[in-house]
Amino acid sequence: MSDQAPGWKDLPIGGVIDHAGNSFEYETGDWRAARPTLDKNKCIDCLQCWVFCPDGSILVEDEKMAGFDYQHCKGCGICAHTCPVDAIEMISEEKVGEVEIDEWGVKKSSPPEKGDQG
Amino acid sequence: MALNLKELSKKPELLSPGHRACAGCGSVIAIRQALMAVEGPVVVGFATGCMEVSTTIYPYTSWRIPYIHDAFENAAATISGVETAFRSLKKQGKIKGDMKFIAFGGDGGTYDIGLQSLSGALERGHDFLYICYNNGAYMNTGIQRSSATPFCAATTTSPAGEVVPGKAQFPKDLTAIVAAHHVPYAAQASPHNWRDYIGKVKKALAIEGPTFINVIASCFRGWRTEPTTSIDIVKMAVETCFWPLYEVENGEYKLNYKPKEKLPIEEWIKVQGRFKHLLDEKYKPLREEFQANVDQEWAALLEKTGDQVQKVAV
Repeated sequence: MSDQAPGWKDLPIGGVIDHAGNSFEYETGDWRAARPTLDKNKCIDCLQCWVFCPDGSILVEDEKMAGFDYQHCKGCGICAHTCPVDAIEMISEEKVGEVEIDEWGVKKSSPPEKGDQG
Repeated sequence: MALNLKELSKKPELLSPGHRACAGCGSVIAIRQALMAVEGPVVVGFATGCMEVSTTIYPYTSWRIPYIHDAFENAAATISGVETAFRSLKKQGKIKGDMKFIAFGGDGGTYDIGLQSLSGALERGHDFLYICYNNGAYMNTGIQRSSATPFCAATTTSPAGEVVPGKAQFPKDLTAIVAAHHVPYAAQASPHNWRDYIGKVKKALAIEGPTFINVIASCFRGWRTEPTTSIDIVKMAVETCFWPLYEVENGEYKLNYKPKEKLPIEEWIKVQGRFKHLLDEKYKPLREEFQANVDQEWAALLEKTGDQVQKVAV
């Protein structure tokens, strides 16, 4: 979020938004009360979480579930609820420090192992 | 080629995150999945409603594709104009290539306020797809009843109290109304069955002429459910046959899904706070009336489609 809204002199003529999709700059992640975390050992990369996420906050790299976009994830928990193998766990934002996760929400105790990817 | 999430996930996300829809919003899931079906240039028109408001809060927009919002009642008229302008420019040789046109509206902007403009656009035969994301009330302005609100649902303008048990009327059958315009394609879908829904959007976009998809979208605020269950709850609407998945292609009805075991409507209503009052023993006759209506509509649909399930061919 910007600290200071632009003044009227800074606005484009007609109030045009000249950057398509600039809501990306607005970080809805700070609405979150609980964050999803991923156990990569359990994940089967079915991408059900991705297709049902209202906020496009499931990161997919090379067809694999890669973690969460915490800048925009609102913590609704649909991903954890729809995951068929319970690989996603919601953790209260208050308790985030108690679980070791990387910046994308992948649990460090569970590095992906070959052969587990189905 | 069958739809596959791994392939779909490689496509660019057309709706940027950072929109201000509620956490766990079912409508935005319906919009996002529809956009997954898009290939090539597209223009989106939007009626006023939750999704219009939450995706375009100035000075931000979530749309990475050309987008036009006009008013509540005229999404279909507006997209008609855009489509006609495109056709004219193409005819004059001022623009090349092809373009798809999609109008979105909620049930308020489609069943009620925008019905005349939708009907007009369908009759004129513009080449566009209209998607109604149906969450069964005016959720954006604070959960007022619409003509899509289910029987006995409590809303702020049809509250359940001592005397009145929520909305007194059954919802109108908009998909049938659209089909009665003899459009090439009209369908009902649900985001929980993404393969069916995205397939329908792909199919509708490939058809020349006016096409229509009515997609059920949960609203945990209005339905009084848990945000985590936004997908379960629409699945249950399909499993109870409250929201059958079917399509009408050139007048031919096709059933796309038939529950193995048709669940009683109580299974759907008991998990939603808007129907909480209905669980009272004194309202048993109303529950029976609700069930009888669902059974009647389902039987009428089976009459038209036949018993055979036909998957959406993409």
